[in-house]
Amino acid sequence: MDIIIEGIKQAFILLFTLDPEVIGITWLSLKVSGIATLISLLIGVSVGTIIALTQFPGRRIVISLINTGMGLPPVVVGLFVTIFLWRNGPLGFLEILYTPTAIIIAQAVIATPIVMGISLAAIQNLPANLRLQILALGATRLQMVWILIKEARLPLLAAIMAGFGGVISEVGASIMVGGNIKGYTRVLTTATVMETSKGNFDIAMALGIILLLLAFFINAILTQIQQRERPR
Amino acid sequence: MMKRLDRTCLIALIISVMSVVFCALPAIAAQPQQKNIILATTTSTQDSGLLDVLLPIFEKTTGYFVKTIAVGSGQAMAMGQKGEADVLLVHSQEAEKKFMADGYGVNRRLVMHNDFIILGPKSDPAGIKGSRSSIDAFRKIASANAVFMSRGDNSGTHAKEKSVWKAAGINSEGQKWYQQTGLGMGQTLNVAAEKKTYTLADRGTYLALKKNLGLDILAEGDAVLLNIYHVIEVNPTKWPKVNSAGAKAFSDFMVGRQTQDIIRKFGVEKYGSPLFFPDAGKKEDALGK
Repeated sequence: MDIIIEGIKQAFILLFTLDPEVIGITWLSLKVSGIATLISLLIGVSVGTIIALTQFPGRRIVISLINTGMGLPPVVVGLFVTIFLWRNGPLGFLEILYTPTAIIIAQAVIATPIVMGISLAAIQNLPANLRLQILALGATRLQMVWILIKEARLPLLAAIMAGFGGVISEVGASIMVGGNIKGYTRVLTTATVMETSKGNFDIAMALGIILLLLAFFINAILTQIQQRERPR
Repeated sequence: MMKRLDRTCLIALIISVMSVVFCALPAIAAQPQQKNIILATTTSTQDSGLLDVLLPIFEKTTGYFVKTIAVGSGQAMAMGQKGEADVLLVHSQEAEKKFMADGYGVNRRLVMHNDFIILGPKSDPAGIKGSRSSIDAFRKIASANAVFMSRGDNSGTHAKEKSVWKAAGINSEGQKWYQQTGLGMGQTLNVAAEKKTYTLADRGTYLALKKNLGLDILAEGDAVLLNIYHVIEVNPTKWPKVNSAGAKAFSDFMVGRQTQDIIRKFGVEKYGSPLFFPDAGKKEDALGK
């Protein structure tokens, strides 16, 4: 029990004294996971919408693959990204292993299927004749897609939250491709693992609490946007 | 009118998101590469806090940026074998000798030592306290079927532990009382403490974690339990991408006088005794005598 109270106390001390290292780690977590979520959003929503609105052979298999990808284990993604980014690996010339960019790539790979799967279901869930109605009113195809995306904005914002939640809390890939380098690729989750193994449970707890606060803060903003005007 | 606005919004959104992504990526990636050194090392140098003290000094004086990848010595050497690290700081004698003999490394230099200690709960169910040798202690643990927590990760500590089991003539693999965590030293100590089992640890990590553990040193001082750290530069002729100048600079730094002084004093204030003993320039055989 002591360690929990001590952890909460530490969290507030670290936050309110604006400990530069903790602020740096928190900011990096936010930046890396934020960019990864943005990338996953671009790919996930566009591909998800295209698959939802078109028919082609093997479509069900593709959807099954996407749905499986929603549960991609971060360590497996981390391992594959590491092997690709090795100096002597196929993408070694990029020289980005053990950089924040490598973490962004790995996290984008993790988040994209999550966003894609939820977007796909969200667009599919819209009434089928809505498309016909929109087209009948003289909209172009691009306008139709935009209206559909707006109609599905509740589940699409849920997709952003799921994607962001998946990557900000992920540790396996970040530690493998980032290396948990102090002041460079150390994010909240990898710092928590390291402090735990150093036996600094209070600091580990504090970092965990900061991570939860951060996730809550981001989700509160997104929820605010999501619930702003309820569809009639 | 509304529709046009929507489309403008959509295009504006796409352009802004794309520009954020494409501006952010190179900005983050833009680190001069030849200035980077990848140091593959054991968990004990990181978990004890030694590197946190040494690296800022090295980076400040040389301008290199050290990417420390803290894994077990086994994995560190595997990274060196594939040319994925520039310099190693490891403590696994036999594996290091093989690594050098196979031509993967150059310039293996003695940096420091401490020792391994056999830890266990105060109650000492196998009665190993006061054992004359580590082999004796391990035999008692085995015959009492007392649980022993092994690293099980091919680290230097794991290699040392396996060599003691071998010397004791005991096949510990697959025994009910022999458990493996597959984790670093710090985490393995936490597991051993929580489950009240025996384990083998390096003194540095133990002292750094002692306050929360409740594990006692039950056997120590045996010459076979010496824990010796070497710095090895990865052979650039095998892997041209290796930053050999950086590796040499780091290696020189580790055996330098100023660094060795810091190692000597490291931890004395906090733990009452040094965690590591500097050995640069000494002969390996002369240690522990």
